[in-house]
This record gives sequence, C-alpha cells and structure tokens, in this order.
Amino acid sequence: METVPLHYYLILAAILFSISVMGIFLNRKNVVILLMCIELMLLAVNINFVAFSNYLGDLSGQVFVFFILTVAAAEAAIGLAILIVLFRNRQTINVEELDALKG
Amino acid sequence: MMSFQHIVFFAFSAILVFAATMVVTIRNPVKAALYLVLSFFTAAALWILLQAEFLAIILVLVYVGAVMVLFLFVVMMLDVNLARLREGFGEYLAIGLLVAVLLLLEMILILSSGDFGTAHMTAPAALAADESNTRALGILLYTDYLYTFEIAGLVLLVAIVAAIALAMRKRKDTKFQDPSKQVRVNRDDRVRIVKMKSGK
Repeated sequence: METVPLHYYLILAAILFSISVMGIFLNRKNVVILLMCIELMLLAVNINFVAFSNYLGDLSGQVFVFFILTVAAAEAAIGLAILIVLFRNRQTINVEELDALKG
Repeated sequence: MMSFQHIVFFAFSAILVFAATMVVTIRNPVKAALYLVLSFFTAAALWILLQAEFLAIILVLVYVGAVMVLFLFVVMMLDVNLARLREGFGEYLAIGLLVAVLLLLEMILILSSGDFGTAHMTAPAALAADESNTRALGILLYTDYLYTFEIAGLVLLVAIVAAIALAMRKRKDTKFQDPSKQVRVNRDDRVRIVKMKSGK
C-alpha cells in the first residue's frame, strides 16, 4: 500500500503554522486567543517532529514531542494563571489596555 | 488512484485546516477553544497514521483532557467584553494574510523542492503487528533521556507551584481556623475570673 510522502505532512504543518501566524495578527487584542494560536504553532511543529521521526526511523523525534508537550502544558497552565491574576487586577484582558509598564 | 492512506490523510488534513482556521477567526472564545479541541483530535489521528500511537493518545488525554479543559474553564470564568476585543479585527487582516501567505509560499517552495520528496525520503516499512510504540518509547525515555525526563518532571512541578502561587488569593472577609493558635491557647487567654462582692 502506498504511503503518504513526507513532504505532504511538512506542507500540512506549514499551513497550520501560517494559519496561527495569521491568527496572532487578527486577534492581537485577545490574550486567550493568542495563547490558543501559540498552542496551534506548537502542534504544527510537533507534526513535523513526528513525521520526520517516522520517516527517518528514529524514535528520538517522538521523545522530543513528548518534552514539547510537557513544556507546552506548563506554559499553558502558567499563562492562564497569569491571565486570571491580570483579569482580577485590571478587569480586562485587552492587550491594548495593558500598558502600565509604558513599554 | 489514491491509496487508503492518502484518502485518510487528506480527509483529516482538511478537517485540521478547517478547525485551525475557525480557531483564529471565530468570534466566541469558547467556540474557538472547542475548535482547538477538534484540531488536536484530528492531529492525533494523523499521528496514528504516522505510527506514533503513544503520542497520539497522550495528545488526546493531556491536551484535550487537561489543557483544553483548563482553557475552557478560564474562558468561561473571565467575563470579557467581546465587542471591545473584536474592535479592529479586520484592521490587520490584509497584512496578516500577506505575511501568512508569504510564509506559506516560502515554506512550500522549500518543502516541495524534492529534498523531502519520495526520492530522498523513502516511506518506512510498516511496523509488525505486535510492535509496541509505547514500549520502544519507554525504553528510550528511561535510558538515553533519563535526566531530560526528570527535568521535565521538575518543570511540571514548578508549573504547578507557580500556577497555584499566582492564582491563589487570601480573602480578608472569609473566616478560617488557625489550628496552631488553637493548640497554643492557654487557660488565661480564655477565662477571666472576676472577684466581686455578692449583692446583699
């Protein structure tokens, strides 16, 4: 049975990555959606890792995905905790109103 | 003639791209989170097609089961003004689309140049029916990547502590018991003997 060529998976991951880049442009005010776009980007990268791992016959790629998932879970937990504290103090998650640091 | 694997791949890819597009364009953050769940599910299906069963299950259990539920909790807990957050949604649509399309074209140009095609990257042989992806991954994790594995555990511990420390707050108006104070209390703190003359 003919399997799907590697570059199909890579192009799919590229499409996914581009969509999330566009999402960051579109939803630049809503921090929750920005975090979701970052999760999508990580998913795109993980698809690349898994595809290469399968085609090169090397399981190290899957170990990498394992660690990326770990770090992404930690990032999501801390990011959402920061978001809750932010909302509690400022009653907003609009990026444009978060200018207290005058950066 | 497309093989069965091609059909499965294209079907799940279409669902994945659709779900990702909905995540970034939909108005309601709750629905965006639900579409993100859909995209993780379809990605897990694609990973099974790539013979990475353990990671596919982990993606469903950890991501859909834990992280996305966390997202949904937070989205539903925050009472945000959606209209204000959507202001200027289309303002950066043109530039965002331009950047995304350019990025995509460049990546497709490189990826379809032939270096990653069937000539260089031959498809791997299908694994035996009793081949265990979980077992192979476990052996690798507990030998070559043992220290990395422990650091990953440490990262999760730090994340737990940080998330709790950030989100916990002491409310001033709630009443609570302090057991150490209760244990340390003396008789003199509680009882006061007042000497007074008895009335006649």
